[in-house]
Amino acid sequence: MGDDGFSFPLPSQIEDVPGAEGWRSMYQYFTRFQPEDDNRFWFHNAMHFPEPVPAFDSITSEIPYTAIGANTARLFVFPTTLGIEHRIVNGRVYITAIPVTDPAEIEQRLATFQQRAGYYYGNWDSLYEGWKARMAALISEIEGIKVPELPDIEDADVVFNSVGIAQNHYVRENFQRCIDLFSKAWHHHTEMLMLGYGAYVVFFEFCKQAFPEMPDQMVARMCAGIDVIMYRPDDELKRLAQLAVDYHVDDLLTDGADASAVLTAMAERGEGGERWLAALAEARVPWFHVSTGDGFYHHHRSWNEDLTVPFTALPRYVRLVRDGESLDRPTEELKLERERIAAEYRALLTSAEEQAAFDQMLGLARLVFPFVEDHKFYCEHWFTTQFFAKIREFGDLLVRQGVLAETEDIFQLHHTEIDQALTDVMLAWSAGSKPLGARHFAPIIAERKRMLEVLKGWSPPPAVGPVPEALNDPAVRMLWGVTAETLATWAAAENDHGQEIRGYAASPGVVEGVARVLHSVNEIGQVQDGEILVCAVTAPSWAPVFGKIKAAVSDIGGAMSHAAIVAREYGMPAVVGTGHATKRIKTGQTVRVDGDRGIVRILD
Amino acid sequence: MTATGLVCPLGAVGATDRAEVGGKGASLGELHRVGLPVPPGFVITVRAFERAMRAADPGDTIGARIATLSGADPAAIERATAAIRGQITTTPVAAELAAAVTAAYLALGADAPVAVRSSAVGEDAAEASFAGLQDTYLWVRGAGAVLDRMRRCWASLYNTEAVSYRLGQHLPAPAAMAIVVQRMVDPRSAGVMFTCSPTTGDRSVIAIEGSWGLGSVLVSGEVTPDSFVVSKVTGEIVRRSVAAKARLHRQAPDGLGTTAEDVAADLRERPCLDDDEVRSLARLGTQVERHYGTPQDIEWAVTGDAIVLLQSRAETVWSSRPTAPVATPKARPMDHVFEQLGRPSVLKKGS
Repeated sequence: MGDDGFSFPLPSQIEDVPGAEGWRSMYQYFTRFQPEDDNRFWFHNAMHFPEPVPAFDSITSEIPYTAIGANTARLFVFPTTLGIEHRIVNGRVYITAIPVTDPAEIEQRLATFQQRAGYYYGNWDSLYEGWKARMAALISEIEGIKVPELPDIEDADVVFNSVGIAQNHYVRENFQRCIDLFSKAWHHHTEMLMLGYGAYVVFFEFCKQAFPEMPDQMVARMCAGIDVIMYRPDDELKRLAQLAVDYHVDDLLTDGADASAVLTAMAERGEGGERWLAALAEARVPWFHVSTGDGFYHHHRSWNEDLTVPFTALPRYVRLVRDGESLDRPTEELKLERERIAAEYRALLTSAEEQAAFDQMLGLARLVFPFVEDHKFYCEHWFTTQFFAKIREFGDLLVRQGVLAETEDIFQLHHTEIDQALTDVMLAWSAGSKPLGARHFAPIIAERKRMLEVLKGWSPPPAVGPVPEALNDPAVRMLWGVTAETLATWAAAENDHGQEIRGYAASPGVVEGVARVLHSVNEIGQVQDGEILVCAVTAPSWAPVFGKIKAAVSDIGGAMSHAAIVAREYGMPAVVGTGHATKRIKTGQTVRVDGDRGIVRILD
Repeated sequence: MTATGLVCPLGAVGATDRAEVGGKGASLGELHRVGLPVPPGFVITVRAFERAMRAADPGDTIGARIATLSGADPAAIERATAAIRGQITTTPVAAELAAAVTAAYLALGADAPVAVRSSAVGEDAAEASFAGLQDTYLWVRGAGAVLDRMRRCWASLYNTEAVSYRLGQHLPAPAAMAIVVQRMVDPRSAGVMFTCSPTTGDRSVIAIEGSWGLGSVLVSGEVTPDSFVVSKVTGEIVRRSVAAKARLHRQAPDGLGTTAEDVAADLRERPCLDDDEVRSLARLGTQVERHYGTPQDIEWAVTGDAIVLLQSRAETVWSSRPTAPVATPKARPMDHVFEQLGRPSVLKKGS
């Protein structure tokens, strides 16, 4: 550090949050900071884990990180980066990417990388089609998993078909299959993503060198897809709003109306209501499998599980339809604008050679972009909400067997502890006795719920450990937006209690307004028209909220983060990757968001 | 072109008339000709200058006197140049020229306030380097005053600083000087604009710097200007920095010349341009650059309701710098990925 001009605390200097000293009991031993970790740089992955992580939900760091590194380090053999290590402290996830720095090793890895990545880049579109089929198969497999009923007397078929295996066996096998499918989904998730980021980073770096003043978001704007799946759930809502008006049932879609009450009223409205309900049913699969979060917490439910988010957005869209406003995204205009921007930058390059290189890089970035933009719908949304739903069914089983007091309690147990609880159930059913789990787990669950509440109040430092020599991981740069500038900004913010918060200029424009700080996706309903959203991170299903707000500010994220993409789509200013906005800004404060410069100023 | 006369309206000259009207005159004429907003005015040509110099220096000795000077002897330079300047400013103006200038001046309006500006003849790069070394007079009123400032501008070819600079750089004296006389604008804000980034050479942006009042406050270095970076591609203001601008230059209270004063406290930290003005300026800059085909360095002023351009010259720093291509095409697009991901990207420290 020293000459860097900035530094962060060491992992060993982080103290247990008073009242939650027992947090370690929630997580596996290999997630704890070790003394030698003080020698490395880690940053808080607030993008994916903005809230304290419940015991079960630590699977959403454990498994993704087994898959990411497997793909970068071992499968594709990225030349300069291995995998990502993670640690949990006070309920928050810190990560670090392990770089390869030895030139000889880089050279050696590069040869393998060229062959393997070359195969994917060379066959990208057909591989992406195959990828979608494999993901669809995993989704249908997890949807089809049966949670055993454990009847008093086993079904006769088991005998007369000479199956020879009783239901209690499938308790653990099927639970384990859920975990294994989650792991497979994440292997697929990272299979193409790191290569996608790689291609994008190359074009990004080229633009930054050729046009040093180019805003980050401009690079994304040249690649951005027009028909992106991510927009589809919101587009479906707009279509439903239009249909409600067409069928003369729009009077039922009013602000604050309860979703189930609306459904009942629709059913009683004759043909119009029935047609609307049919359209809704059609839209729900698969588009309402979008998560209200981004799939990293069990409480990120899908729209299908909780209709509150879509039904909160509908009345506003209905009003716009009535006012005669077009809700269609101007896709042709967006396409032309994307081409115009690219053509103008291209024309500014000084030689035909540079223009040819630009064409190659932009072409490759656009080739990979549909996957980069759309994979989340299949993985984090559709698959993951179904995964958590299935785990909930095991929670129901444990409630029926008297181990848990309520279904959601299952998420207070680590998956290895659930394995123990299910074994307990298997044994008890077999023996004809009662499971012993309630006595064992009830105090543990109560304590963990209490600790999570306490841990919510902790402000994790954005980074810990010495500033690194190299940041080679393309995802770290593009997704988390962690660059030398970010680190300097974070460090400055740690020591600065002024009125200015700096981040990435993610979407242009300057507005002033009242801040609404959301600490959890569950608070999404509090957002009022015309407010400025301040949050740790946003997800695609927040899109309806973007129709209400006039600017977005996030703690974490780069040019490719969701908040950035959606804000650009809605044409509103956004500053992302601020590190601290949710801590520094309070709901109700007037703030000025400068999306041109990446500055948020607290005005009162 | 009609610049062979002694005086010529700005609207009648263009880029091909540099030898007769100097760089500034030619550029302003050219901007006027293509319909860009330029305050009306006229040029006192090189022909007038040459005639006047023959009268002021009949023995043609000035060149030889300068040649004997050494950059190491500032006192000698000061003595010699003061004598030369005196020769130029005290020689009476020929009747024909006085009549032509007076007529052209009156055409701008009786007692109109004008700017009298030097417009030297020379190479682009040389002109840029001399910028600021030759005189400009603002808020001049009356034909007599114009004729007086005209001679002082001519004499400013032999300013101590200009001569010292040329001796130090082993540069020849500019061949000649024309004078631009323009109707004065009373700017709310003024400044400069580069049609590429002055700090990185990025040609996709326009960089604007401005401050309250006359642009001379920027040249004098008395304030840190507001700065704006505008994307030529989207017209968006991509960066904006509003400085505390404590001083401004404006018309002197007696209406003659300029004065420096403190900026009112509530204006200091306010941007000197609103976003619409920034975008309009950038559009004008793009037009000028497109017209010339090379990046430009432009002086501008904003009055109550209008923007005017006061000068445009070729940007010399980045335009003359040889640039290696950032990348060249490869056998396959993916080879770019292999090249870049195959080398460690070092995190720059100390930023």
